[in-house]
This record gives sequence, structure tokens and C-alpha cells, in this order.
Amino acid sequence: MIIDTPSGNAAAFLQRYAGLAERLPGAQVGAVRALRDMAAEMLHASGLPSRRVEAWHYTDLTPILRAEFREALTPVDKAIVLPPMRGERRAVFVDGRFRVDLSSLEGLEASSLAEVVAEVTPRLNSVAEASEPMVALNTLLFEDGLVLDVPEGVDAGRLELLSLASGETASTIHPRHLIRLARGAKLVLIETALSASGARHLHNPVFEIEVAEDAKITHVRVQREAESAYHLAHLGVRVARRGTYDGFVLNAGGKLSRSETHLALLGPQAAAHLNGAQLVGDGQLADTTTALDHAAPNCASRQTVKTVLAGRSRGVFQGKILVRREAQKTDGYQMNQALLLSEDAEIDSKPQLEIYADDVKCSHGATAGALDEDSLFYLRTRGIPVDTARSILVRAFLQEAVEIVEDEPAREALEEAVTAWWSQHGEAA
Amino acid sequence: MLRIENLTAEVEGKPILKGVTLEIPDGEVHAIMGPNGAGKSTLSYALAGREGYEITGGSVLLNGQDLLEMEPEERAAAGLFLAFQYPVELPGVGNANFLRTALNAIRRTRGEAEVDAMQFLKLARARMKELSMPEDMLKRGVNVGFSGGEKKRNEILQMALLQPKIAILDETDSGLDIDALKIVADGVNAMRGPDFSALVITHYQRLLNHIVPDRVHVLADGRIVASGGPELAHRLEAEGYAGVLDEAA
Repeated sequence: MIIDTPSGNAAAFLQRYAGLAERLPGAQVGAVRALRDMAAEMLHASGLPSRRVEAWHYTDLTPILRAEFREALTPVDKAIVLPPMRGERRAVFVDGRFRVDLSSLEGLEASSLAEVVAEVTPRLNSVAEASEPMVALNTLLFEDGLVLDVPEGVDAGRLELLSLASGETASTIHPRHLIRLARGAKLVLIETALSASGARHLHNPVFEIEVAEDAKITHVRVQREAESAYHLAHLGVRVARRGTYDGFVLNAGGKLSRSETHLALLGPQAAAHLNGAQLVGDGQLADTTTALDHAAPNCASRQTVKTVLAGRSRGVFQGKILVRREAQKTDGYQMNQALLLSEDAEIDSKPQLEIYADDVKCSHGATAGALDEDSLFYLRTRGIPVDTARSILVRAFLQEAVEIVEDEPAREALEEAVTAWWSQHGEAA
Repeated sequence: MLRIENLTAEVEGKPILKGVTLEIPDGEVHAIMGPNGAGKSTLSYALAGREGYEITGGSVLLNGQDLLEMEPEERAAAGLFLAFQYPVELPGVGNANFLRTALNAIRRTRGEAEVDAMQFLKLARARMKELSMPEDMLKRGVNVGFSGGEKKRNEILQMALLQPKIAILDETDSGLDIDALKIVADGVNAMRGPDFSALVITHYQRLLNHIVPDRVHVLADGRIVASGGPELAHRLEAEGYAGVLDEAA
């Protein structure tokens, strides 16, 4: 389909906004209305990005623009089957709405954005960039989200953020999660995105995460949505002096999924880990895009992203690292590797280093290739059947990324997702 | 008994094996020696079933079973083991897991019960002690960061655990110092018995001082050109391949 005018391709979303504006949270709050109207103007003027926009060159949103969605504002009544808990506490969102009845948030300063939007309005778009298309789309239509504050010096332990798409309607879901760690605070956030089998939906979560001095968040995203789903996530992160953002993104579901992280290291000795893995089966596209801004001296960043591709599939990795002139003594490492299990698979990899400081240590590398025949043969000569041997090698490839995750339940969640993916796609690969 | 008859094979369209005939009865250790390019490694890969080593004629029977019809893993299940000249490093694959997966795969095909992690550890530790292998080699990735000697010992450990009927040792002595060579040789000698045979492929006679073969064969230009007792290896060492090859021609 040819999008005839650049302003026209967001029309369906804008129309939905026009219809929903009075019912969305914050409808009575002038500042929220202003933010939404600004997003609407932006989307009207420039639309959703086409492949002519550099950052979206490899990921074509046309299928999403063609799809017909309805809003998911009416809570679903049908019984929800939840997977077992991974942490002490859990925040559950069903079709984008917070479900207090399914959640347990004892001891946390946590609320539903829909309820507190008037109080937290200044935090909207304070970390995420309003002009980013996925942020604008979310601003236009966000219906709920998690607002979480970990107070100074508090180790909040582990929290699971579970997002379920019920599949009742082909819906679009735009949660906005605002997470703030005060000085010295700690949190492990395990985020799982699931959908009822066969559900076709668009999940467009936006995270705004603030990590204060000496605070540390481990944020593991496990995206295992239905193969007919679309997932367009945007994470805005700011890290202050000696703070750490320890992130891992697994893209293992969805017809088209993109997880985009924009992170700024704003104080000396801050650290960022932007690791990840993508498991892409026949007919799927997965995209990990990161923009890392070293804006202060003596900061460290680590990034290992692995992509496994089976069948006719596409993977995208875009990793930009900006080292500003004042960010002396930056220690940066980036590695992205792709394993192509089929001749019909394609990986587009774009590492991008922009370095303006003169005293830095930055290394990066990229590889793409098929399973190593020598390794396969070696395993088979030990009596290991060929399909088991392939499975061992694919897991070993992913292991280098997964084993970086220190939190055990988080790592288990990732390993489970890998197992599930392989049992579904291994044979065809 | 391994019976190789008039085996011919090519690699990338180039004939390498030009009619190898060889019989290794149960319980015997045979050595194959030969100059570079004689086809020694091709023979070991062809027997193990490596892709790209195309068999163009002849037959290989292991206790009456047609090896050439089998996949590499089926050959292993039938009792064939290849100790690699250059063992592959497998980052991300734990050595213990790898060894147990292999052992259980073979045990399954033999109709034996699988061993659990505890049983396996006990078994592996005993074998490793015999091979003077530090226990942390179980925890590391397969052959990752192993020295040349450690890699070869890891091959022998696999052999000891998998208990093959016939082992092909492809230049297992290359890159070994004399202590490691002795350990490896002891590992092979410990396996010797009426149900185990081996084909030791080597350039040099020194390994054969430690693993004394029943028969020695000389492979040159894709054929066995001379066979004899252990004394043949000594002659090769003294006279070089040229003398023996001239005589054979």
C-alpha cells in the first residue's frame, strides 16, 4: 500500500483519539490534554515514520498502518489465566489496564497511572522524548500504566510487571510506565508481555525511568506475544552519578516487534547495560534499537545483543553510542551477533559510534553467520542426534548474552522463553 | 572388527583415498603412519561421516554393520569414536553437560538407563582423576581456554566415558609434551581389552613407544603401501618415509 500523504498514515490513530479524547485518563486535566493534543499535531504533521526516516529504514510499519484495531478501553471480563509469579510482587495489566484484583504490590509506592495522572503530569515526556514517534503515539492514547517510586536507600526487591493481551478484540494498547528510583534505591523489574494465542494487537508501551545517584535498576523485558501481534516499545532512561541501568530485552514474539531504548548517562561513574536477544521465526521481524548517550566522564556501557533467525525472518540491530566531548574516560563495549538458521533469514545490523572525547576506550563488533558445521559434526560424533546438537549450539550462542543477567528468576524467565521458542521453531530451522 | 575394503573418497572433487583396505580385529591396536597429505585425516573423517568427505567406492563394516550408510551419531552409537586432531571449542556449552548429553545419547541407543547428574559426576570424576584432569574442567565450556594437552585429555575422557568398540585417534600426540603424551597413552592402554580396538594415526613413532600397536600400516597417496609389526614404526623413524616408500614402489 502506498501512503499517499505523509500526514495521512496516522489517520486511524488520530481518528481514534478524536473519538476517545473525553474518555481517556486525564481528559479533565488541562496539561494532559495539552500533551495529547501536541502529540496529535505532531502525528498529523509528520505521521508515523516511513522507511525513508533513517531510524526506521529497516523496520517497515506499513503492516501496522494497514491493520484494523479497536480500542481496548472496556475491561475484559473473561477469566484470566496468569503464569506463576516470578517475584515477591506483581503488577498485572490486562489489555493495558491495571488490574488491582490480580496484582500484589504490598510495600511499594505504586499506583495506576489512570488514577494519579493529574499528580504526575510533569513526569510525562520528562525522560522519553516527546518527538519520538512511538512516544507520541503512546502520549496520544495512553490509557494506564504503572507509576512506581522507590524511595531513597530502599531495596524494593523484585517486581514482576505482567502485560497480557486477552485477544478478545484486535486492540491497541498504549501503557505508559513511570519508574523512579531515588538515591541509593534498588529494584529488579521483570517485565513479561504475553498474549492469548492468536491475538492480534498492537502493544505500544513507553517507559520513563529515572535512576538517581547510586541507585540501580535491573530491567529484564521478556516479550513473548502472539506471532500475530505487533510490539513497539520505547524506553527512555536517565541515569545519574554512580547509578546503574542494567537492562536486558528479549524479543521472542510478535509479527513485528521493536524495542527501542534511549538512555543517557548523566553523572560520572554511571553505568548502562543494554543487553538483549532476539528469537525470530518464520514470517517475523524483530528490531532492537538503542541510542546511548555518554554525557558524563568515567561512565561505562556494555551491550551484547544476539539474534537467532529461522525460516523467512528478519532481524534488525541498531546501536548508536554517542560519547560527548566531556565524557572523557568512557569505557564502552558493544557486540552484536546474528545466527542465521535459514538461507531465507536476513539481519540488518547498524552499529554507530560517534565519539567526540579523545580519551575513551570503546570497542564494538558484529558477526553474522550460520551454525558452525565443525561444531555440529563434533557433537554428532559423540552420539548426539543432529537436532539435539543444533539445539545445544543455538542455546550456547544465546547463553553468552543470557548469562550476563545476574538475577536468577529473571534469567530463568529468559531461559524458559528460549526453550519455548526453540521447541516451536527448532524443527523448522 | 572393523573391515575397510577398497575405500575411495574425495574432498572437493579431488580423490584423496584411492583404495584403502584394512582390517582391525577386536582387541587389536593398529597404527597408521604416513607423510603429510597421505590421506590420514581424510580416512578418519570419512570413517566418522563428516560432510564434504565423499565416499566414491568401497565399504566399511563395523561388526558386520555398514558404517557408510549411517549418520555420524549412528556411527557413534554403533561404537565408533573419533578423537579429533583439533578438538572444537564450544563456548557456552558446559563440558559436564556436553559429556552427560553424549553419554546418555549413546546409552539410550544401547537400551541402557540414562545417568543423572549425580551419577555422572561420580563417573566423570573417577575418569578425570586417572587422566590427571583438574575438576574445574567440567565446569568450563567445552575445550574453551583449554591448553593443547587439556584438549587431548578431554578427548580421551570422552572416549573413556563413551566406551566405544573402536577408537580412531587422529594425531592425538600432536602438540603434547612428554608428560601429557604418557597420560593420554595410559588412558588408551587402560581401555585395551578383547572388546576394544583402536586405530592410532600418527606422524611419529614416539606415541607408539607408549601405545604399542599390534600392527603398523603405512599410508601414502591414499593407499596402504606397507604393513608390518611394531618394528615397521622403528624402521620409519630410522629411515624416514622415503626409504620405505621406495621399497614399496
